[in-house]
Amino acid sequence: MKLDNAFGIHEQALKLRTHRAEVLAGNIANADTPGYKARDFDFHKQLQQQLPAGETMRTTSPRHIQPNSGPVSASELFYRIPSQPSLDGNTVDSQLEHTAYAANAMEYQASLRFLSGGIKKLMTAIKG
Amino acid sequence: MSMFKIFDTAASGMSAQSLRLNLVASNMANVDSVSSSIDQTYRARQPVFSAMLNQLNPNASAVGVQMKGVVESQAPLVMEYAPEHSMANADGYIYRPNVNMVEEMANMISASRSYESNVEVINTAKQLLAATLKLGE
Repeated sequence: MKLDNAFGIHEQALKLRTHRAEVLAGNIANADTPGYKARDFDFHKQLQQQLPAGETMRTTSPRHIQPNSGPVSASELFYRIPSQPSLDGNTVDSQLEHTAYAANAMEYQASLRFLSGGIKKLMTAIKG
Repeated sequence: MSMFKIFDTAASGMSAQSLRLNLVASNMANVDSVSSSIDQTYRARQPVFSAMLNQLNPNASAVGVQMKGVVESQAPLVMEYAPEHSMANADGYIYRPNVNMVEEMANMISASRSYESNVEVINTAKQLLAATLKLGE
């Protein structure tokens, strides 16, 4: 068992959840900003991209491009399609954003539970 | 830790909404501030919000709210013929502010709701951070 991936998918998931909470908080804060377009990203797709590959790509020059593993870039963010567009061009649906934010918070806590379990497991292995 | 950015974002939303509430209070307080000339009459004030785009990092996804400024309503003032009024001008007219009380009430409710939702966001983020700090205990 490698310690690097002792926590499995949950480490990346937690990072992405934090990022998604950030994006949704931005949407909620801009609920009254004229022309603001609500944004979100495809969690599943991003998680697949962030997962460490079996072997990292070998580079022979510092200018070679590594696969994307940083935070989600703005180009990966999608704009929501409004169900009830408002006159000022704002596409934030407060209810929808709140639900998404709450669900994201619950999932964040679930990831935390999994991580906590992983840590406890390791502690048991160390202390016996 | 990027969870802290949520606090900044929600705080910018809260300060924008509190400016809006402040202006509503100012408009409502001055609804009866009559004057004798067009230039000196109070006009309804409204805030202008815009999304705060991060200049240093165009890829940043957390977008706060910034206040672009305050504009005065261009709606016509209410001119009233009241020659017995102490503020009446030479022709016997007084000018009332162009504050629409119904609009202001709706504005106030909307602002306070938006403020509350930002508080909600901060509370949830705070709980998540506290849970993260307890990780592994």
